[in-house]
Amino acid sequence: MKLDRRQILLGGAGAAAGLVLPGGAAWAQTPASIGTFPDGVTADSVFVGLTIPLTGVFSGDGGDLKLGYELAISEINAGGDAAKKWGLQGKGVLGRQIRYKVSDTEGKPNLDVQSATQFIQRDKAIMLAGSVSSASAIALEELGSREKVLYMVGIAGSNDITGKNCQRYGFRSQQNAYMAAKALAPVVAKALGKNMKTAFLVPDYTYGHTVYDSFAKFSKEQGWQQVAKEVVPLGTTDYSSALLNIANSGADVFVNIAFGADAVASTKQAEQFGVLKKMKLVVPNLSSFQDKELGAEIMQGVYGSCDFWWTLSDRYPLAKGFVDAFVAKNKYHPRWGAHIGYMQTYLWAMTVERVKSFNPVEVIKAMEASKEQPYETTIGKVYFRAEDHQMVRPIPILRGKAPAEMKGPEDYYEIVDVAEGESVMNPPDLFGCKLGPYT
Amino acid sequence: MPSWPALASQAFNGLALGSLLALVSSGLTIILGTLGVLNFAHGALFAVGAYAAFVMLQYTQSFLLAIAVGCGFMLVLGFLLERLIIRFFYGRPHEDQILVTYGIGIVLVECVRAVFGGNAQRVPTPSWGQGATQLGFLIYPTYRLQLIAIIATLLVGLYLVLYRTSMGLVVRAGIENPGMVGILGINLRRTFLLVFAIGVVAVGLAGMLYAPVVAVTPDMGANFMAQSFVVIVLGGLGSFPGAVVGGLIAGEIVSLTSAFNSSYSEVMLYALMALLLVLRPQGLFGSEGRV
Repeated sequence: MKLDRRQILLGGAGAAAGLVLPGGAAWAQTPASIGTFPDGVTADSVFVGLTIPLTGVFSGDGGDLKLGYELAISEINAGGDAAKKWGLQGKGVLGRQIRYKVSDTEGKPNLDVQSATQFIQRDKAIMLAGSVSSASAIALEELGSREKVLYMVGIAGSNDITGKNCQRYGFRSQQNAYMAAKALAPVVAKALGKNMKTAFLVPDYTYGHTVYDSFAKFSKEQGWQQVAKEVVPLGTTDYSSALLNIANSGADVFVNIAFGADAVASTKQAEQFGVLKKMKLVVPNLSSFQDKELGAEIMQGVYGSCDFWWTLSDRYPLAKGFVDAFVAKNKYHPRWGAHIGYMQTYLWAMTVERVKSFNPVEVIKAMEASKEQPYETTIGKVYFRAEDHQMVRPIPILRGKAPAEMKGPEDYYEIVDVAEGESVMNPPDLFGCKLGPYT
Repeated sequence: MPSWPALASQAFNGLALGSLLALVSSGLTIILGTLGVLNFAHGALFAVGAYAAFVMLQYTQSFLLAIAVGCGFMLVLGFLLERLIIRFFYGRPHEDQILVTYGIGIVLVECVRAVFGGNAQRVPTPSWGQGATQLGFLIYPTYRLQLIAIIATLLVGLYLVLYRTSMGLVVRAGIENPGMVGILGINLRRTFLLVFAIGVVAVGLAGMLYAPVVAVTPDMGANFMAQSFVVIVLGGLGSFPGAVVGGLIAGEIVSLTSAFNSSYSEVMLYALMALLLVLRPQGLFGSEGRV
């Protein structure tokens, strides 16, 4: 194994105690005690607090996310082949078993903060993870930075997470709305044609608006022209009046930004209004279980992007390991929620082993420096950008398969392209990110 | 300014949307108007109805049969809830009724989630309702057109049973003076039981009929409950004709506002409700002092 300067500096006695000896000017500011460190590191275990909505509107995605975390934690604790392939050594992280608790936060940011605070104070959590909404992620990021506990963002697509609400102690692996739109627009324009007329359905909250802004911008660059924009409240159940306008707009493409159960209801109703017969459907961010919930009859031909699709296992060996283990354990193919939980847990464990310390300041600095030493993951080589903690990563672009094309019950999408990460990144200061202090 | 065809399309859509809202609200208003119980488990029962249709459809493969069996299931559920819990709350303050029904709602939703998980279930449009129908200048989903007729029939039927038979009279008299009604030799217990169960069936049936249109998830009822409250406040608390008219007005407001700007449709609905509460606190068809 190739050792770099940092690992040599951080080795030795300090690692054995789980503490770090200061070495070199760059590390001079690292405090020996910060947040839950070192209190939360015992001789044989550390605690990880997971705040996940298991009830409420996000419970479907939350359940998937939870299974992703649990798979990663059990693999890491077992220290078998799976963990070795990620480059981890021995059982657990730095020889410590990961203990964890899941708190059902119902997707409400105040409950996220309440549970995470308990995890920090009662359990001395060394790392926090979870969230299925951008609002929750923003609240948890702020809490983590205030309490100096690392927070690995769960499902959250808004530009704000690594934009105006970015925090020193938060890292996001999912692509933001800007990246998704920039990756998707050229692919759909190539597939469906330039100079198309578009009708947008936009849910009225931060996620909906940032996704709309980004996709409208990049589709316009492809010569697409907007002819309708229907803004609807979050959680709308009957979209008939908005869909009537869309049906009569003369658009060629229906861009549906609604998410989760809203995506299911609006797409189902669009089909009933004959919209899907007249227009091609584009979904900038596909919801986790949208495929199964709507069925291939409706989803065939849809273009969209998401964090991960299970057939990426043909391209990346670690993805194959993940998908196979997940299917064996949970009897269904993981959606991208599970993938985020799984990958984020491994990324944290790998970084801790890189710096040979659970000290959050060390871990954060190593993640910020990951461009020089990228992580090998389920989606190939990735790194966190130092300026805003957004992961630079490839983005799969999917097309819904017709029922006849499907090779299995969950073979809903074909991967038409995997956009290269560097080419779709926003300038780091575009959304006003100012990371706070380390200490 | 939207074109006349666009406005006319939205006005028609308002009628369809309104009839659905009227049906969804009818179960709430039956229980409130006759038994005086504000049923906060309304949304949960709506979801249970939709899931009942989903399950029965798996077994029967026939939408009509699924609805028939589903109604039977809702009737039994209504009987059980009334006998085991609700009957102890007729004489209690509204706060107690709200708390207990709210609790029932949480338990029902979480039971549904425990069995079926949090993801949306697929309830396809019945074969006789598929596709869209051309109506002059507008294309409208066939199933929604059929729903208007189905709902109109159901609402008339419910009205006749509850307000044009002696049952409704007995219930209302029983709420005012149970002792006297008892002395007259009328079995109040059975009548209350039946009315509550009819209310539960009505909301469950709304869930079943709406299942092919919306996303069937455990939490699907939450929004419908909020809308139902707006509708019955508009129409007058506990008034059955009020729920129907309130539903139609709500549907028209949402739809016509959408012709101009869909993001204001819900705001307009609540604005109208607030205005009505100022000008006519008892609602359009409500009588002062009742409920």
